[in-house]
Amino acid sequence: MATTTLTPTGIRSRSSVFAWITTTDHKKIGIMYVINSFIFFFIGGLLALGVRAELAEPGLQFVTAQTYNELFTMHATFMIFLFVIPMLVGFGNYIVPLQIGAPDMAFPRINALSLWMLPLAGILLLMGFVTGGTAAAGWTSYAPLTEDRVLAASGTGQDLWIVAIVLIGTSSILGAINFLVTMFKMRAPGMTLFRMPIMVWTVLVTSVLVLMATPVITSALIMLFIDRNYGGAFFDPSRGGDAILYQNIFWFYSHPAVYVMILPAMGMVSEILPVFSRKPLFGYKAFIFATAAIGALGFSVWAHHMFTTGAVYLPFFSIMTFLIAVPTGVKMFNWVFTMWRGQLMLKTPLLFAIGFLTMFLIGGINGAFSASVPVDFALHDTYWVVAHLHYVLFGGSVFGIMGGFYYWFPKMTGRMMNETIGKAQFVIMFIGFNLTFFPMHELGLAGMPRRIADYASTAGWNDLNVLATIGGFTIAASMLLFVWNVFMSLRSGPIAGDDPWEGNTLEWATSSPPPAYNFDHLPEIRSERPVFDLRHGYPAEH
Amino acid sequence: MTMTTSDQHASLPIEHNPLASMPHDSHGGIANPVLGMLLFITSEVMFFGGLFAAYFNIRANTAQWPPVNPETGAPFTLEILPFVGPATVLLILSSVTCQYAIWAIRRDDRTVFLRSMAVTVALGIIFLLMQMTDYVLLGSEGLTLSSGTYGTTYYTLTGFHGAHVFGGVIMLSVILYRGMVGQFSAKHYDAVEAASLYWHFVDVVWILLFSLLYLLPGKTPAA
Repeated sequence: MATTTLTPTGIRSRSSVFAWITTTDHKKIGIMYVINSFIFFFIGGLLALGVRAELAEPGLQFVTAQTYNELFTMHATFMIFLFVIPMLVGFGNYIVPLQIGAPDMAFPRINALSLWMLPLAGILLLMGFVTGGTAAAGWTSYAPLTEDRVLAASGTGQDLWIVAIVLIGTSSILGAINFLVTMFKMRAPGMTLFRMPIMVWTVLVTSVLVLMATPVITSALIMLFIDRNYGGAFFDPSRGGDAILYQNIFWFYSHPAVYVMILPAMGMVSEILPVFSRKPLFGYKAFIFATAAIGALGFSVWAHHMFTTGAVYLPFFSIMTFLIAVPTGVKMFNWVFTMWRGQLMLKTPLLFAIGFLTMFLIGGINGAFSASVPVDFALHDTYWVVAHLHYVLFGGSVFGIMGGFYYWFPKMTGRMMNETIGKAQFVIMFIGFNLTFFPMHELGLAGMPRRIADYASTAGWNDLNVLATIGGFTIAASMLLFVWNVFMSLRSGPIAGDDPWEGNTLEWATSSPPPAYNFDHLPEIRSERPVFDLRHGYPAEH
Repeated sequence: MTMTTSDQHASLPIEHNPLASMPHDSHGGIANPVLGMLLFITSEVMFFGGLFAAYFNIRANTAQWPPVNPETGAPFTLEILPFVGPATVLLILSSVTCQYAIWAIRRDDRTVFLRSMAVTVALGIIFLLMQMTDYVLLGSEGLTLSSGTYGTTYYTLTGFHGAHVFGGVIMLSVILYRGMVGQFSAKHYDAVEAASLYWHFVDVVWILLFSLLYLLPGKTPAA
């Protein structure tokens, strides 16, 4: 046997840090995405605590109104653009090639490029704090508000924000292209499209949304940049521009973007539920078509964010928004009937998945309220909206991400996470979450507007705000527990083995963590559950 | 290959290199770089879609188009530009020469491939020079990026197209260089195919822009 090796001379002395920085391995890149996202999650979380601390009592106790504007603007910016979206991309990066039996992504170096744009963008955003104030016009950065330098940001923060978001968008677009080519061209033999795991399908639909929607916000931000810096007149009504043009273009991206932030989390939950219920996913194809339907409908509902502008055709956007509840409802049935009469193993990933189902259901229902035009006119820009978006983005996406993290941590590191701490984290997080965001429904109905630093002590909003603040710090406590669990498990968690959960999909057919290029050999793929088949015998050909 | 992908398997014998034994890119059909470029072009279509939507929106909401230049009292005009027509012809021609280069490399005719590609790059550069001349002329007539919606939309649309032509010139120059050092043949020209798709796309955008900015009649306020 030949013993020729592929060792190039001169690279053995490189440090492991250098190896990680220069890697093109999708697994290392995926892990770095996850770490990077958690860093910005904690920064964004601290900003949220600042918001909650200020709102606990009427009056301005801790920050000025301008600083408060910066706090909620940067909280949302970090959470949306540098936590939820890249976190899901990170899991996709790690999991998708493994689940379709590919050795890596289609364009490994572009993959690394996508990753490294993100910390750069994060630094640009943070630089706003030391250059005379960050962006402060809300994460939506509505023009013409943002065209006013005094209101939007006293320094260059708003311009840094624009550049950073364009950078993150470019990273997302390149990532989406990479995912799509990987899925279409790199699947293992036997892995037909309708045998791809649900996680892969959700990343596929997400990638299409990113590909079609993200360039549109890039164009809006470039126009905003030209208006702010080169005397452009796109969004300036006093010079012939259009005052709500920005909102239209912005939401054409940002509504599909909310599906970018939820679909892969739905994918994670759809991986967890069958494994921990010991049943196949109920209605695999229905789930795929529901996902595609949500993606397609997502492009026709953007103006439901703009009902009160009076410049959009209300019946159309209202009915399209209601229609999205149909495929989403299909998915709820998929999940519930997957668990129905299953042998539930109540491990941490399943707890978070159930947390996702219940909280996302509330977020879906309170969202359907706002889809109704007359109700929306009453609730627009109140805390009801804040409650809704946190029930879908925190109750949905973050619970899904946590479940996925506990589920795939053994695969990524080779060690199990501590179950007791995990369950404690879930309980504290679940309580803290509802304590924070459920009162906001009530606050919204009582007329409290969002994005205010102060309120009258006679408005009757005091007690509910105290409750929400207590809840916010409870969530923070659960996150400290999470960090502790991660560090302890990395150091001394039990060895996981290849397949600790008795999984269904191909990532469980290789070692934990998987070697470079993932597989020494692949099991035969005859269904969407090849590892289940390997364990229990193959089904008849169909 | 990059060093990082090889270092993890530095100690494995060649027979066990998973990249050699793993099935990948085995689906036939369209090549990875070409599919990647087509998807990238899709995103570019949406990017220009955003700019075009803004243009139509502003135009539709304005009583008179082109609007009146407050300094001269007359509507803005693009009729003074001498190079627009020739530049358009040259850019369309460059798409033809680019395709000619593809046909040449498909039959392994590297000489014709290199010559056609060089002509394509040269035409792209001439287009950019003509556009710069136009900008200078328009600026001296008082139309700038900050002279109201007309100047803003005109320079943003043509400027971003110009930036894409510039990107295409760089892309094709890299292809030309790689062709000159002999990296392409009838069996290996995916990158050429991908770059040419991008060039054709840039050309199509210009045809749309040209029709929009120079051919579409303006409107006057109803009496």
